[in-house]
Amino acid sequence: MPTGAELRGFLHGLPGVDQVGADERAARLGTRSIKTTAKARAIDLAISMLDLTTLEGADTAGKVRALCAKAVRPDPAQPDAPKVGAVCVYSDLVGVAVDALRGSGIGVASVATAFPAGRAPLEAKLADTRAAVAAGAAEIDMVIDRGAFLAGDYLKVHEEIVETKRACGDAHLKVILETGELRTYDNVRRASWLAMRAGADFIKTSTGKISPAATPPVTMIMLEAVRDFRDATGRTVGVKPAGGIRTTKDAIKYLVMVNEVAGPDWLTPDLFRIGASSLLNDLLMQRRKLATGVYSGPDHFTLD
Amino acid sequence: MDFEYAPAPESRSVVDIRPSYGLFVDGAFTEGHGEPFKTLDPSSEEPLAEIACADAADVDRAVAAARRAYEKVWGPMPGRERAKYLYRIARIIQERSRELAVLESIDNGKPIRESRDVDVPLVAAHFFYYAGWADKLGHAGFGADPRPLGVAGQVIPWNFPLLMLAWKIAPALATGNTVVLKPAETTPLTALLFAEICQQAELPDGVVNIITGAGETGRMLVGHDGIDKVAFTGSTEVGKQIARTVAGTSKKLTLELGGKAANIVFDDAPLDQAVEGIVNAIFFNQGHVCCAGSRLLVQESVADELLDRLKTRMGTLRVGDPLDKNTDVGAINSAEQLAKIRDLADSGESEGAERWSPPCDLPQRGFWFAPTLFTGVAQSHRIAREEIFGPVLSVLTFRTPDEAIEKANNTPYGLSAGVWTEKGSRILWAAEKLRAGVVWANTFNKFDPASPFGGYKESGHGREGGRHGLSAYLNV
Repeated sequence: MPTGAELRGFLHGLPGVDQVGADERAARLGTRSIKTTAKARAIDLAISMLDLTTLEGADTAGKVRALCAKAVRPDPAQPDAPKVGAVCVYSDLVGVAVDALRGSGIGVASVATAFPAGRAPLEAKLADTRAAVAAGAAEIDMVIDRGAFLAGDYLKVHEEIVETKRACGDAHLKVILETGELRTYDNVRRASWLAMRAGADFIKTSTGKISPAATPPVTMIMLEAVRDFRDATGRTVGVKPAGGIRTTKDAIKYLVMVNEVAGPDWLTPDLFRIGASSLLNDLLMQRRKLATGVYSGPDHFTLD
Repeated sequence: MDFEYAPAPESRSVVDIRPSYGLFVDGAFTEGHGEPFKTLDPSSEEPLAEIACADAADVDRAVAAARRAYEKVWGPMPGRERAKYLYRIARIIQERSRELAVLESIDNGKPIRESRDVDVPLVAAHFFYYAGWADKLGHAGFGADPRPLGVAGQVIPWNFPLLMLAWKIAPALATGNTVVLKPAETTPLTALLFAEICQQAELPDGVVNIITGAGETGRMLVGHDGIDKVAFTGSTEVGKQIARTVAGTSKKLTLELGGKAANIVFDDAPLDQAVEGIVNAIFFNQGHVCCAGSRLLVQESVADELLDRLKTRMGTLRVGDPLDKNTDVGAINSAEQLAKIRDLADSGESEGAERWSPPCDLPQRGFWFAPTLFTGVAQSHRIAREEIFGPVLSVLTFRTPDEAIEKANNTPYGLSAGVWTEKGSRILWAAEKLRAGVVWANTFNKFDPASPFGGYKESGHGREGGRHGLSAYLNV
């Protein structure tokens, strides 16, 4: 375990991020024109990277089962459409999702650690995590303590990630930075490195409960971080932008960014996920348009 | 997964290239009496059109038309009326932006992403900006009623054909001058389309005259007794000839010449953005940029890390069809320029610098040069001293801030420089020490019509853009 001073020294020694330049680069990547065959492949890849998500206070077993059915067969009219990457639910509904997805090959991801605020005693966060893992979650999406991070208590953030990772056992750990609360790109870079050093398998932008959620420049900085982390340590960490990605066009911009910033190695659901819900139907609509040449109205796609 | 981008070509159908073009004199296209020449598509070497060449009589005719328009129409016209024409031209440029961008990319070889997102928007912005000055010249700091000079002879280069036209024509017209402009021999088409835009805007005859031809036509224009002002953008060698021609006359002269800009990266720089800045500095427009950051000065303590990142980034540059929307680096403008770049790059190798390019498949036809990096470059190497005007970056290192400034200034040029550091005080310190007309901090190759641009030393004199750009066309 590092000391607080070591952590601070390391994180503050990372090269800074110039905001204007980062915004410009992300916008430039957004001008890539992805057409025809490239678009078709990108759409299928994006579907396979989706963490199809429902995180509402009003979630029920019925809602989760319906979502799982959609995850397995997103477009009944096009059976060749790939299945999604995972289904993401609250920890108390993990069991329902696991049952619904049994045999499908789709894993269940669970948010935990007093999502979304993370304002609970560590013991409560760990109990939340253990319950989700015991119910069969293959992936845990934890939140960091943004208060501690902004107060400069990097060690507390680090320790909580380490403890949660331990509680995960074999489950993969995604660490949500909630970049909309960290605000600066320097903070995003530091939080990314902090999470990776503490053992994160994935770093994730947002809970989806805070605006702004995922943005292209923030995701780009995280992609730079996983690239540099692999160069430095040999360990490969995944990235998950979540929240605010609603259109195929946006999703493809993220894939272009993965391709050109982190590199093609990250273009797999094992290392890049998109947390979204309404995005799936737009991807399916564009997919059917490419296959048939015409747009089908929104009622031709299921709402679950 | 290998994410191969499918071809995404911008359509050529939006442009209508005629088989031949005449000279635009006194509001109409007329025949030239010199030997016509062809302009090529540098990405395929296909001829695009036959272009008239102005001989001495044609130049006389154009200058006489400009003089008439100056004395009878444009000079006496109130500024607020001139402004209306300039606003109209600016709006037509926006309306026809796609056509202009595609034509520029076809004739010049630059990627459509740049002609569409950089060149043409800046062209419109320049006309809008100077349109705003036309009725406010009394408030520009040159006295209550500053007067125009008369007829301006303007000679522009091939690297930004339409943008250099805008830099020349917009301030000249706003201040009440008329112009005879000669575009470069290899890139005349957008200037001739601009002539059509002048007709469409119903600009009075003779206010803008565009004569095409090679160096000889340019020499006749700048040496003509009927002009009051010479504005030239191009090589330092030609600029010196022009200065000699103009010496001893009453002609006012502005020269915007070559450069060998230093892009200085300090050890506390935002490295990822610095890498982007280096790429924008030298690979923007195939490096055909007078203010290109062609010398990278990097602090030795971060040199290895920076170069690793830069090489990775260079590997993602897409070289090829200028009209493909995903192309980052297009074609070299001419066979002559390609030969010059090759010669200098070869000298870099023979003088002992280490050459590197990312793997990249260049098209079989056309003029192409892969993005290239030289490390181990010394100040004494030709590639550190001479302007290459191509996608070739020379990397030098330094140990202390003073050494960086010393090396940056150790060049006969002084057009631009870049400083990369997170320390604000160091930016101000470096900007004060650097002898360059433009110093960019944590960015590079940024242009704005409100910002003056111009050189120190052999990079020329006079400023274009902003309020400063007005004085070059006023009798002050």
